[in-house]
Amino acid sequence: MTDARAAILSRLRATETKAPPPLQDFQILESRGWSAEEKLQRLRQQMEAVHTEFLDARGQDWPTAVQNWLSQEKLPGLIYGPKSTLGAKLSSQWNNSVPLIPYDRAMEQWKAELFAFEGAGITATRGAIAQTGSLILFTGADEPRTLSLVPPVHIALLNVGKIRDTWRQVMQEQAWVNNMPTNLLLISGPSKTADIEQTLAYGVHGPKRLLVVLTDED
Amino acid sequence: MDTADFQDSARTALGDPQLRSNFRRAMDGLMAKRAAMFPDRDEWTRLRSLGAAVRARSLLNLPHLLEKLEERLTANGIHVHWAETVDQGNAIFKEILAQHDAKHVVKGKSMVSEEMHLNHALEEVGIEIIEADLGEYIIQLDHETPSHIIMPAIHKNKEQIARLFSQKIKDAAYTEDVDHLTGMARQVLRKKFANADAGVSGVNVAVAETGTLVLVENEGNGRMCTTVPKLHIAVMGIEKVVERLEEVPPILQLLTRSATGQPITTYVNMISSPRKADEKDGPEEIHLVLLDNGRSRVYSDPELRNTLRCIRCGACMNHCPVYTRVGGHAYPGVYPGPIGKILTPQILGLDVAGDLPHGSSLCNACVEVCPVEIPIAALLVRLRREAVGNGAKALKSAIPPKGAGQHRSRVESWVWWGWALAYRVPWIYRLTGLMLSRFGGLMPATIPLLKEWTSVRSKPRFASRTLHEMASSQEVPND
Repeated sequence: MTDARAAILSRLRATETKAPPPLQDFQILESRGWSAEEKLQRLRQQMEAVHTEFLDARGQDWPTAVQNWLSQEKLPGLIYGPKSTLGAKLSSQWNNSVPLIPYDRAMEQWKAELFAFEGAGITATRGAIAQTGSLILFTGADEPRTLSLVPPVHIALLNVGKIRDTWRQVMQEQAWVNNMPTNLLLISGPSKTADIEQTLAYGVHGPKRLLVVLTDED
Repeated sequence: MDTADFQDSARTALGDPQLRSNFRRAMDGLMAKRAAMFPDRDEWTRLRSLGAAVRARSLLNLPHLLEKLEERLTANGIHVHWAETVDQGNAIFKEILAQHDAKHVVKGKSMVSEEMHLNHALEEVGIEIIEADLGEYIIQLDHETPSHIIMPAIHKNKEQIARLFSQKIKDAAYTEDVDHLTGMARQVLRKKFANADAGVSGVNVAVAETGTLVLVENEGNGRMCTTVPKLHIAVMGIEKVVERLEEVPPILQLLTRSATGQPITTYVNMISSPRKADEKDGPEEIHLVLLDNGRSRVYSDPELRNTLRCIRCGACMNHCPVYTRVGGHAYPGVYPGPIGKILTPQILGLDVAGDLPHGSSLCNACVEVCPVEIPIAALLVRLRREAVGNGAKALKSAIPPKGAGQHRSRVESWVWWGWALAYRVPWIYRLTGLMLSRFGGLMPATIPLLKEWTSVRSKPRFASRTLHEMASSQEVPND
């Protein structure tokens, strides 16, 4: 379809105007100067408003905290990425009261099993955005995209030291522009819909529950 | 639907109390939620002017940005296709799907795909295409089209949806419980995601500098469609590109707050590459179809070009007194409400959809809430003039809008000519005023123009004395 390309571009070029670009003032999206406590409080407030659950594991051994939560919620297992930093720590400290399942194959090799799984998937995060109440996930070889999508429960580990005020701030600090992964995600709650009479319902296609585990480390 | 007469369908919709109450309730809710998101007027003003500047800048450099986007996407391993028309776009889809022998397709919500009637085109060649957004799924089950660009099934209430599900979904019991209804759709669609050969999605913003496709959604169906099947085909209008990644946050924050009153959607999905060698999931192939369908013609006029700033938030329809009363199905074309009234006539042509720009009271509510400052009311007036103007000679640009001048009528042109003359020549003005005040009451209600006016209103009564006469009798100085 090179003809279509040429035709479209030439039509656009025919009337392109040479004008100075309008000024863009990004000030409104810069850091708000919130304290660490305020950042966490705002994040929780935004995320809890859309049914996100929090587990504060600061000052504790988080794998144990996660394991206890899974037992308490009677969830049948936890899928994780075995090659990530999180994965290494998790597997070394797991007491197997709840089955720990490594995501170590291509999705196609266990798609039916994955879609039928009724437990949780755990991922790391690259931080969070207080203003919008969003977690930042860089998916990739260590943590596949379906890990935070297909299991009915998504557990996300968040180092509270990595919460920032605004999206713009995170994007610049982490130099996203040079580091875009295959799939970068902002996740701000469990899956939801309001398509039936504007009534909110959770867990339509993605996870029905989202648990954020707060830690002091990665 | 495309050639339906707006006036007729609006009249029918006005007579449907169920429809009117469904829309009234929904629009009231959406307006309140949006208002709660912009409590600080100063912040709204500043964020909005940034959003407008981002979109204006994108349009200014559009051809360059499209080339840059293509170059970056290609470098990232994403295939780019260009379609001038809807038919070309559908042909590209069919060809890619045929190459992969894909027979089962899942689709995330995309208004551009509605513009293409993609589902119909693929069903014709024996491909099953399932809408995965809950609202879209509901209307697909009922063989309907979206009545709102963000909330496609907003015209239905839960009783109607409950009845539909119990009839159309296998083994489904009748229930009006929203969680249960949602759960039913989840069950059906999970199987579809797992077994689909290909996923189709729209694009909310494409970033030229990084070669990234950005999608926002709440349900997770968009992520499913773009993650689980081996093949992902995205489709977008050529105007949706921005140059820099930093331009994404203002656009999306305006979009989600304006659309549904959320600080952000549950998922912001930024796709920059197909599955890499060491990765365990994600599509192995990604294609992007860039659709023109009249947009480059809209672009050619410096004023009408502003139509292309639109980020499809739907705030204009949520706040529109006309849309709220007639609903989305009354509008021809796929985009209802104020944005549809300026976009559809330019895409389908003023000859086909020329009555749309008249379906507005010019109350300006849409202009006040538009997050990218599209001068909708001014564009409505411009299109009204183009429809009755001297088609070949557009008012301001070399290339007139499609179908310009097709609604030109002798009577109307003559009336406006006379109107202009009366205002130019004082004695004609005075004479006309005098005649109307003395004999205007004798005009029968059946004469042209007056007949239209009096079909739904009472005949105007002329004052017995003109303003001039009254002014001079009260000795108002004439300067």
